Amino acid sequence: MIRLENVGLRYGMGPEVLRDLSFRIDRGTFQFLTGPSGAGKTSLMRLLFLSLKPTRGLMTVFGHDVTTLSRGTLPTLRRRIGVVFQDFRLLDHLTTYENVALPLRVMGKAEADYRTDVVELLGWVGLGDRLHVHPPVLSGGEKQRAAIARAVIGQPELLLADEPTGNVDPTLARRLLRLFQELHRLGTTVLVATHDIALMDQYDARRLVLNEGRMHIYD
Amino acid sequence: MALSLGAERDEDLEAAEAALRPTGPIVPAGNVASRALFAVLAIMTFLSCMTVGAVVMIAGAASEWSSDIASEITVQVRPSERTAEEVAAALEIVQDTAGVTSARALSDQEISRLLEPWLGGGLDIEELPVPRLVVATIDRSAPPDIPALRRELATAAPSASVDDHDLWQARLASMAGAVVVAGLVVLALVLTATVLSVVFATRGAMATNRGIVEVLHLVGAKERFIARQFERHFLRLGLKGGLSGGLAALACFGLLRWWGSTFRSTAAGSQLDAMFGTFAFGWDAVLAIGATVVLVAVLTSLTSRLAVFGFLKVFD
Repeated sequence: MIRLENVGLRYGMGPEVLRDLSFRIDRGTFQFLTGPSGAGKTSLMRLLFLSLKPTRGLMTVFGHDVTTLSRGTLPTLRRRIGVVFQDFRLLDHLTTYENVALPLRVMGKAEADYRTDVVELLGWVGLGDRLHVHPPVLSGGEKQRAAIARAVIGQPELLLADEPTGNVDPTLARRLLRLFQELHRLGTTVLVATHDIALMDQYDARRLVLNEGRMHIYD
Repeated sequence: MALSLGAERDEDLEAAEAALRPTGPIVPAGNVASRALFAVLAIMTFLSCMTVGAVVMIAGAASEWSSDIASEITVQVRPSERTAEEVAAALEIVQDTAGVTSARALSDQEISRLLEPWLGGGLDIEELPVPRLVVATIDRSAPPDIPALRRELATAAPSASVDDHDLWQARLASMAGAVVVAGLVVLALVLTATVLSVVFATRGAMATNRGIVEVLHLVGAKERFIARQFERHFLRLGLKGGLSGGLAALACFGLLRWWGSTFRSTAAGSQLDAMFGTFAFGWDAVLAIGATVVLVAVLTSLTSRLAVFGFLKVFD
């Protein structure tokens, strides 16, 4: 599904933040991405959701070489990837319901076709009573859950989550992990970037450890 | 949905779903930047429409000045022993000339009224050596042969001379031309200022929407979809702002027309009538104002579209 060979990344003329990364993420797998702050986790996540291109090496996503991807192809590939951003990136003028429904709306789906699914998912993440609320009124944990719901509503083939449990209590963190496991069970490939050792200990999965821009893999 | 989340659909959730409002627009309808842009659009459209309307009106008035003069010739009979006979002879010759549609000699009262501003009222024309006038309206599509008319008059009425307003008309035409050119230059400057203001104000308003474009982009929206959302929003905003400015300009012209009509009977009103006709504000001016409103709306929409593509280029 995703393959990296000797991939390096630098911002402008700065030093390489990611060096010689070589690994694969196979279809239907579940893995954690971890490492100390500043190790390059967020940069790697940005590479994986096609927000950045590697400055060297080979990287393929769904069989496409990302260095030769046209701008027109990007949206089609992005629809196959669900992303939970560390800073949520919810739109303040839309309600929780509208934010979560956004990926389906941009695909051109009719509201009648997705309304029940969105409400059901919001109920599951504990936001059933916050459908009409705008993000500025939501707590950090509620925003986190809304962001996760938005990432998974389109049932993506690959789910990338950047610190998805950073703002929630352990009980809700376990519940969110259960959601990721359920998606994995249904065939979604999942990559969760986290600092939370306790969370990783709850699920036996492959661990990709980034340190000073280099990758160590523990299967 | 294929997801099996293990959540029981309770009554509260069903009630919440039933209470969902229709989905709002992806681009926020009104924020500070939108209101500021609306004000800029309305003001610049108003100024442009005022200029467009004024130029159309002046061009119409200038064309009227030239055509009114060009459709008339005057035969002047200097005072002599045989003034009355020469006036009658001149009138007959003028009436018989091909290309003249109508001709008449001005009465003593009319001549006395013409002299009134300089010599005062109660004049006895008979006592003064005042030339008599024969005024003729000509067919502008087939005008009379003026040199032949002069030759004929020289025989029958030696004291008569023909004034076809050639010199006056040439001066007036050049003045009218200069006024129209000056108006067009001002119009070009105002339209340029409008275009620049609209473009920069729209780009400013779009800068506040950069985050929205980025999120849409990251959730998989196609470029055309994003551009369409903003185009539609800014086209509506452009039409609202443009129409407000355009209607305000139309109201102003209506007010001027009403003000002009109330003063028409006064001396100042006569002067205004002489300059601008009767504030002739026809369909051509309304169409020009409509075109300005459309220009502003299209420009706003197009700028937002280009701004979206500019953002997306940076994101990728």
